[in-house]
Amino acid sequence: MALDFDLIVIGSGPGGYVAAIRAAQLGLKTAIVERENLGGICLNWGCIPTKALLKSAEVYEKLGHLDDYGLSAEKRGFDFAKVVARSRGVAKQLNGGVGFLMKKNKIEVIEGAAGLEKGNPAPKVVVDLKAGGTRTVQAKSVILATGARAKIIPAIGLAPDGERIWTYREAMTASTMPASLLVIGSGAIGIEFASFYRALGADVTVIEAMDRILPVEDGEVSAAAQKAFEKRGLKFRVGAKVTKLAKTGSGVSLTLEAGGTSETLSAERAIVAVGIEGNVEGLGLEALGVKLDRGHITTDDHGGTGIPGLFAIGDVAGPPWLAHKASHEGIHCVEHIAGRAPVKIKSPIPGCTYAQPQVASVGLTEQAAKAQGRAVKIGRFPFRVNGKAIASGEVEGFVKTLYDAETGALVGAHLIGAEVTEMIQGFVLAMTLEATEAEVMATVFPHPTMSEAMHEATLDAYGQVIHI
Amino acid sequence: MTDILMPALSPTMEEGTLAKWTVKVGDAIKAGDVIAEIETDKATMEVEAVDDGVMAEILVPAGTEAVKVNAVIARLQADGEASLSKGAALPVASDAIVPATKPAPNLTPAQAPAPALVAAAKSPAGGARIFASPLAKRLAAAKGVALANLTGTGPHGRIIAADVEAAKAGVAAPRATPAAVVSATPAPPRQVQSLEQMGIAPGSYDLVPLDGMRKTIARRMTDSFRDIPHFPLTMDLEIDRLLEARARINTALEARKIKVSVNDILIKAAAAALKVVPEANASYTPEGIALHHHADVAVAVAIDGGLITPIIRAAENRSLADISVVMKDLAERARSRKLKPDEFQGGTFSLSNLGMFGIKSFASIINEPQGCILSIGAGEKRPVVRGDALAVATVMTVTLTCDHRVVDGAIGSRWLAAFKGFVEDPVTLLA
Repeated sequence: MALDFDLIVIGSGPGGYVAAIRAAQLGLKTAIVERENLGGICLNWGCIPTKALLKSAEVYEKLGHLDDYGLSAEKRGFDFAKVVARSRGVAKQLNGGVGFLMKKNKIEVIEGAAGLEKGNPAPKVVVDLKAGGTRTVQAKSVILATGARAKIIPAIGLAPDGERIWTYREAMTASTMPASLLVIGSGAIGIEFASFYRALGADVTVIEAMDRILPVEDGEVSAAAQKAFEKRGLKFRVGAKVTKLAKTGSGVSLTLEAGGTSETLSAERAIVAVGIEGNVEGLGLEALGVKLDRGHITTDDHGGTGIPGLFAIGDVAGPPWLAHKASHEGIHCVEHIAGRAPVKIKSPIPGCTYAQPQVASVGLTEQAAKAQGRAVKIGRFPFRVNGKAIASGEVEGFVKTLYDAETGALVGAHLIGAEVTEMIQGFVLAMTLEATEAEVMATVFPHPTMSEAMHEATLDAYGQVIHI
Repeated sequence: MTDILMPALSPTMEEGTLAKWTVKVGDAIKAGDVIAEIETDKATMEVEAVDDGVMAEILVPAGTEAVKVNAVIARLQADGEASLSKGAALPVASDAIVPATKPAPNLTPAQAPAPALVAAAKSPAGGARIFASPLAKRLAAAKGVALANLTGTGPHGRIIAADVEAAKAGVAAPRATPAAVVSATPAPPRQVQSLEQMGIAPGSYDLVPLDGMRKTIARRMTDSFRDIPHFPLTMDLEIDRLLEARARINTALEARKIKVSVNDILIKAAAAALKVVPEANASYTPEGIALHHHADVAVAVAIDGGLITPIIRAAENRSLADISVVMKDLAERARSRKLKPDEFQGGTFSLSNLGMFGIKSFASIINEPQGCILSIGAGEKRPVVRGDALAVATVMTVTLTCDHRVVDGAIGSRWLAAFKGFVEDPVTLLA
């Protein structure tokens, strides 16, 4: 069978479409298979539309503090349907943008659901076409970028019904604003929805099984975040195990166990955000002998699956489930396929949570450093003594830095506060370039900015902080 | 703008001398055009352009020594790219020196003034600037690892922390040859006193700069002689029948204008002996003894400024006429330094002949990673004892230096016996 393409990418999320564009740049004849919307979850049902919702929430929250700035306005209010409609409009615009990029790079878009069959030099891709019928295509290499979806646990009722029990998908397209909401899981997704609905006035309780919210973040950040959210009226149950979620006449009822006692909560709606599992079904992976580990495809340093010509990147290849990690792996994988020697895949991956306040981090937490037995110098700097933060009326939060005590390598940075998601890349760049405290200290941070706290937190780690 | 990097012309090349630019700034270049000549460890190689464009900047002047592999040596402006305004827009970075005048092509490195200035300004080691991450530099300083010995695996060959860690741990050594593994965990450098300290007055001698070949010979021979437990085995061979055979062969080959030398026959005999005693065609590795499938015989050829060992591949399968033709071509190109790296790297056995200088016997230094090297002295008429009577025969003394880690005395002796059999009765080479 003649080869139809050099590369076929299955899935057009931020891993898949970026990989396809890079492949086209490198001169590979490329096709991308998408069963639903170009741009995948990120663009259509994830990162982007939720940021649109959260911006509405942020502006609305600000309007509640106009007096702090010496301003006033008549009657604050919102139209929930319009807030959701704006979010959908943003997603649609970007979806069209990906379509344009595919065309510009001469990447053939095959609409349909892909399956794999044994083939040479890579598995054959059999697409169940959206338009009807099937099409079999053969390439030199195939990249699986099928992404992931919300994990559900039907045994205890943690399964969405699309009406009262939601996943992120229903939560971002609700037709009406619920008066009360239970959010199960306090990772980035759970916290962002909790923050959004709370800002618009819902009574929201977040249930977390671990002993603190945002459990992947640094302990100090978790504590500060919980305090900041509680100040805004969010309620939390931590160390709480959900034993049953059930529908009632008008809403949902949730039973949990915490500290040996049982409690029942009720609300109009519930959001299940207890984790992610890879989209590995229906692809024919078993027949090919692709190795899986806890619902994700096992890969080597370049995304190789062990099956000749078959690669996997992004969410389907395991955590962290982040769009930028998927894009990075996609580019690395394609450069490897094209015979380039890509720069190491092990770049530090930052994580961001876009609640009010925002949380951003990269590298090791203090807890992880301790668990590794790594001696670290820790610096902290609160925004409440930062000039720009005070002027902006956004003094919540802090910057925390961790430097290796022996080598001075920046090993972790943890930020909470306004716009910290736009600041974290400074530390990510420093880590990627293997900067030590000396380079960060020698860097001139513009005044007045909140980023000066990054400099100060570094100085603090070495007992040289200026403004405390 | 595309960076043109110092190419690695062989897997083990770390640095080389940029001998000559064959293009100048402003020249239009097509992919495949020769743009420079680089003198590596043992050869001069031509560098071809990979992309089309116009030569925008030459960053490393001709004659610069010790240019690290992957260092940016020039910049190419792609077709259609906005051109630099002449002169004014040249980069001002201190390591981007453009020679004010084009050095004469045959200027020796030591006389070229520009590179010396560059070296003094940027790096006390005299090489090109070493790119390393801040953390890598700090780790290297703390652990006493010399960055110059490392090959970076970061972007554009930048040395990153992992490279320093790897060197420290002695794993994933930057260079692949066994010799390099040894030097990746460097012993403290031997303290060498200056000539002056040793009583030789400054000005009483001329200093010839060390070129790539000289440095390589110095390093490889020192490593080999110091690290390999070696011993010599010596034997006398009578070569009258070989000389007679040679005369007859050459008469037969006269029409083809091929003249087989004694050395060509010795190459063939050595290869045949390696097939009889394959244990001598071996290399020591930490994982085990590599027994080579073919007798790839490296032959030492003296050239201006040093020596080089071009290889007769699979010599056991070649006719004498073939060996003669190939050897002649390799030796000629060796003398003009035009050998490709794979023509002088990777032999399994070496042969060195100083007979033409009247040397009676000598013991060569093992050419790593080979297990043996054969040193051949002059063939001369000597008195020999046959039965109880004295006779005259043409005799040649040969010495086999063996790496005792792979070739023990008995193996070496068996090889010499086999070799002697072939040399003293060349007809058996046909068997």
